[in-house]
Amino acid sequence: MLIHEQSRPGRRATAQAPLTTADSSDLPTALRRKQRAALPEVSELQAVRHYTRLSQQNFSIDTNFYPLGSCTMKYNPRACNSLASLPGFLARHPAAPESHSQGIMACLYELQDMLKIVTGMHAVSLAPAAGAQGELAGVMMIRAYHDARGDHERREILVPDAAHGTNPASAIMAGFKVREAPTGSNGDVDIAALRDAVGPQTAGIMLTNPSTVGVFDRNIQAIAETVHEAGGLLYYDGANLNAILGKVRPGDMGFDVIHMNLHKTFSTPHGGGGPGAGPVGVSKRLEPYLPIPLVEQDGDSYRWLDEDDRPETIGRMTAFGGNMGILLRAYIYARMLGAEGMRRVSEFATLNANYLLKRLQEAGFQAAYPERRASHEFIITLKQEAKTYGVNAMDFAKRLLDFGYHAPTTYFPLLVPECLLIEPTETEPKEALDGFVEAMTQIRKEAEETPEKVKGAPYTLPLRRLDDVRAARQLDVAWKPASQPASQPTSQGA
Amino acid sequence: MTIPTELKYTESHEWVKDNGDGTVTVGITDHAQDALGDLVFVELPEVGKQLAAKDACAVVESVKAASDIYSPVGGEVTAANEALDGAPETINEDAYGEGWIYQLKLSDPSELDNLLDAGAYEQVLADEG
Repeated sequence: MLIHEQSRPGRRATAQAPLTTADSSDLPTALRRKQRAALPEVSELQAVRHYTRLSQQNFSIDTNFYPLGSCTMKYNPRACNSLASLPGFLARHPAAPESHSQGIMACLYELQDMLKIVTGMHAVSLAPAAGAQGELAGVMMIRAYHDARGDHERREILVPDAAHGTNPASAIMAGFKVREAPTGSNGDVDIAALRDAVGPQTAGIMLTNPSTVGVFDRNIQAIAETVHEAGGLLYYDGANLNAILGKVRPGDMGFDVIHMNLHKTFSTPHGGGGPGAGPVGVSKRLEPYLPIPLVEQDGDSYRWLDEDDRPETIGRMTAFGGNMGILLRAYIYARMLGAEGMRRVSEFATLNANYLLKRLQEAGFQAAYPERRASHEFIITLKQEAKTYGVNAMDFAKRLLDFGYHAPTTYFPLLVPECLLIEPTETEPKEALDGFVEAMTQIRKEAEETPEKVKGAPYTLPLRRLDDVRAARQLDVAWKPASQPASQPTSQGA
Repeated sequence: MTIPTELKYTESHEWVKDNGDGTVTVGITDHAQDALGDLVFVELPEVGKQLAAKDACAVVESVKAASDIYSPVGGEVTAANEALDGAPETINEDAYGEGWIYQLKLSDPSELDNLLDAGAYEQVLADEG
């Protein structure tokens, strides 16, 4: 039940009660509400029960195995959360002067440094507040670099067909055209096609390595040479950093710019779009364009670098210094792991993925790239099951929920039919992986014997199968009181 | 999966119908609509727009993904199927008929010779497995 539907006129929750004496007379009339907002009126107990119930319905890493490929849903140590919640951090005002912020600035400075070392980049900015914003900052820096050289014809960014959808979107946002680079049948970028695609119009390429198909691109040096020789820059999408942490450095692979998803690789509970932090690292030639602010060490103290220090910066990505809570969690996580611990992260992440892949193959499931070793994630294709039993990848995904497993990523990347992208992460014990294989095997048995049962799943969750087609065609997310007519569905799409 | 013999095809799963008057009609194949699943949105090309062969010119979006449509041949867009705006599912229901996407006045009719016939397209699907 929506909290709006529990609303009764006059009920109040003291903890959430608005300050009725606030003076708003200085707000322009045009910006003021003409009628009261339709906020729910409930008691404090009702509010507590409502949100507690929602939290219990949540399918989360704290309760369930969550092998959502490409999202790195690993366990987030409680220490990161409790230390980032120390009163000195929480109560700090973002506008506090440098002299009152030396502690947090020391943390940020050290985080910049640790990220530089682990990625092999020359300099790092912590400013972007999400992965996609890090991508935008990255391609904006590529643009600023070419523009500063008067190289205005470089308008094209190459993006592999298996890339995350945010890659082409970020390139378009930064004013580029996107050209697709095809993936070969072995999962690596098709080098011959790439050589044909580069030229004086090439501003750069956006690559994820290991790629979204769960393999490490073995031609990375040839790709780097091809793009660099054509005058373009290499952008590294850090989505899969968990696979190479402490092992291979994007800077050593020849990348000019990288974004990291600290909320994934460096441990913050995330999902459904946030919260995130997407720091960017760059090679020396891109350093002048880094988004501000940056933290600099000045003798024994720290200071912010802004427009005056970095006149060629692409600017600010957010107000103040970035998503502090996430940056702090990442800092604490990195300090707890140390360099040795970071290597263990990638070792166990790839070991778990390869173990799970092998076990699923032994159980008769088909790997999308059977001749390749998995990185920290891998793809199986259920096209045989779909053809033979009429039960597709989405049906398997929904039925897994009944077995207590969050579904892997379904139908991404789209170039593999009926695919599940599975990322177990380094924090799962062997028993969880074995349990997942058993559930998959059981579901395939059901698909063979009682396909309708799988197609009707899930049965044990608060809601049954959702009508995702209708939700997309007739998107309507605004609640209206029963006495008012419901809003018209918006036009097509989301 | 139907593959009408009177149409031409691309490896990226568009179909082309030669209207015999210097124009062609373009849509996506039965295989393409089946692979995408239920369509929820179609972005049509603008009438009057000049396209080169292989230009990305339209977008079909399903609950799984958004996919570019590449113009199989070059020319000027003469019509776009506005009926798809309110009913993208038409492509799922009738990919080769009412689900057409746009029409084009050919700039170079010989480009039609670069397209696949039904047999060659069937082979493309077989190779994709």
